[in-house]
Amino acid sequence: MRENLHRFFRAARGAGVRLSPAESIDAMRAVSKVGFTDRAILRDTFLLTLAKTQDEKKALGDCFDLFFDQPEPQSPPEDGKADEQDAKGSNAGSDSPGETSGGDEQAEGLGQLAQMLLAQDRNQISAAIANAASAASLSDIRYFTQRGIFSGRILDQMGIQRLRDDLDNLAATNPALAERLTNALDGLRGTVRDTVSQALMLYGREEAENLRNEILRNAPLSRIEPRQVEQMRHLIRQIARRLRERYSKPRKRQRRGHLDVRRTIRRNAAWGGVPFLTAWKRRHRDKPKIVALCDVSGSVARVSDFFLLLIHSLHEVVDDVRSFAFSGHLIDVSDILESKSPEEAMAEIMSKVGFGSSDYGSSLADFEDEWMGAITPQTTVIVLGDARSNNLDPRADILRRIAERSKRLVWLNPEGRMAWGWGDSEMLRYSTFCTVVRQCATAKQLERAVSDIVASYQ
Amino acid sequence: MADTRPSASIEAVESGLAAQGYIASRQIATAVYLAQQIEKPILVEGPAGVGKTELAKAIAAWRGMKMIRLQCYEGLDEAKALYEWKYAKQLLYTQILKDKLGEVLGGAPTLEAALNQLHDFGDVFFSKEFVEPRPLLQALEQPAGCVLLVDEIDKSDAEFESLLLEILSDFQVTIPELGTVVAVSPPTVILTSNSERDLGDALKRRCLHLHIGFPEQKLEERIVESRVPGISQTLRRQMVSFIHEVRTLDLKKLPSVSETIDWARVLVLLQAPELGHEMVKDTLNVLLKYEADIEATMPQVSTFIAKASRQNVFG
Repeated sequence: MRENLHRFFRAARGAGVRLSPAESIDAMRAVSKVGFTDRAILRDTFLLTLAKTQDEKKALGDCFDLFFDQPEPQSPPEDGKADEQDAKGSNAGSDSPGETSGGDEQAEGLGQLAQMLLAQDRNQISAAIANAASAASLSDIRYFTQRGIFSGRILDQMGIQRLRDDLDNLAATNPALAERLTNALDGLRGTVRDTVSQALMLYGREEAENLRNEILRNAPLSRIEPRQVEQMRHLIRQIARRLRERYSKPRKRQRRGHLDVRRTIRRNAAWGGVPFLTAWKRRHRDKPKIVALCDVSGSVARVSDFFLLLIHSLHEVVDDVRSFAFSGHLIDVSDILESKSPEEAMAEIMSKVGFGSSDYGSSLADFEDEWMGAITPQTTVIVLGDARSNNLDPRADILRRIAERSKRLVWLNPEGRMAWGWGDSEMLRYSTFCTVVRQCATAKQLERAVSDIVASYQ
Repeated sequence: MADTRPSASIEAVESGLAAQGYIASRQIATAVYLAQQIEKPILVEGPAGVGKTELAKAIAAWRGMKMIRLQCYEGLDEAKALYEWKYAKQLLYTQILKDKLGEVLGGAPTLEAALNQLHDFGDVFFSKEFVEPRPLLQALEQPAGCVLLVDEIDKSDAEFESLLLEILSDFQVTIPELGTVVAVSPPTVILTSNSERDLGDALKRRCLHLHIGFPEQKLEERIVESRVPGISQTLRRQMVSFIHEVRTLDLKKLPSVSETIDWARVLVLLQAPELGHEMVKDTLNVLLKYEADIEATMPQVSTFIAKASRQNVFG
């Protein structure tokens, strides 16, 4: 049973429940108190000791059901043999006499697997599959690409080679039986495939998810397929959470520094240097201020979508964020993003200014007219866009003034460096005023860029 | 290991809590049982008003133990939660004992000797007598054990969590000047959270994690039955079913169990035989706390009542 518990923990990790050894020890202690007999209590016990959030509870509950619905693989070979004899005996009695006798006569010279298939005893077959699965260490399955390999291994373990020989022989001598056997074999393949798929669901999810996330992190944001958008959102939120965890803690910790000896002595000079009042060193820290200008014109809309999502998930670190979106003209979208759910907010922003053809010049002019005051010497200004202004006046002079007023001006461009300056791209002209210019086409690059920006305030 | 024992004792927990008027679901009872068995705190999460705090009270009442409550808020720190030195008492004593100083130092021929003698007395002022125990330390010092309720832990700062870690895992706390205080008998610890802030992993790992959501209809009926004895079965079933319908709406604040109980009391007070349209409209403000929510629910009232009485017939 201990072995079974460990397999369950592994399956739980696969289901996305973060489990440390300490937790599994707790769970084992708890299980030793409640026992295995009552499945509902066992389930509750796991939910209480292992899962730490509501989502995890759900995942773990599903995983529990899936796991304990599996046929128990622990049936030792001797038992299996005994079952086999039993099954054969009872089967001969219950099946229609003509068919069975015919089958048995022919079955004499056949291999074990063939006999088992012809006997059509479900329990025996599933026990055999389970045995073969554990012999092929099916619980090591990680990726969906391994399904074929593991199916093959299990079938090998069950003796498919012998079965093929039998089939070849039968094809000549008894075609009817051969056909029955072929059908049964197809059924067996199906069952094995299901077993493997189930195992993949149990054990493979984490790895598969990591792989998928890794691919997704490096995929160009602008070319995400619609079905991946939700996954991408999820990934972006994960990134935001990670950034938040990394950067929100030290800021709070270092509120008070060491004793400032010099100031303490000076302050207490009146009392002959007896330190009644203490003075503490304070680390001076800029409050992060970010002004984000996002191009949401058709060509880069998707990237800015994710970018705005990331910025606003970071609210706990960055107190002061103002976001603006533009294509032909520019609007303040901070309130929309804060008051609405991300999906609704994106839809509203897109309907207001999205998908137009971009005009950087007039958008920058809009910004200068109304919101230039939002920029202080502590502000980091982030511009996200491809700098393609459809051959209109780029108004690089406004960008220069923005750069002069702000602490830093960061330009994130979803296009590759090769394309900058070609066609209607004004990137080279703008980049002279930017503190940092980065290519930002994938989630990974996006994370790096934002991480650097937040880190510079620590 | 006896197989029947654990489930029997889980039932014992259930009935013990029920005797205090707390109708626990199977999962809650299992959590309480396990917390006792493997000596771990329970972290209770869930929406407001589903009985998280009540659970701690019920456990304390059932087991006949004292309940010590620590209400968390932003800025709560060691001095308010754990212990504080009685500075005033220390100052007063130094003033009173000033004259004695001469006696203590009287015999010392050199400055060094006087200093050494002072060192021997130095620890007097940082001894147990000058510690003002706050809830956490009080909980550890209860000789008969107690129920320690750390309420709304999500309201406190993240640093405060780390202060709790030592208490939660080993039931002890270290006071730098005094050493380690170990619990006389380990307290039953209940932490509650409305998930306003994500709690740290370290804290979660030390606790059993219990989520109390809105109860199922049958359970909620039993809760109302135990809390509002005078209510008729028909009315009880109708109102609970009505509330379950309301919870399917997209509201700012969904009615919770405490509001169900309040509403039941109001309906009994108004001597309502069963749920009526006018009656519901007049008392909806007991159930819903925002004007916008009431407005959103109003148009649905008739449908919900109809559904509730239908269910009453068939259920």
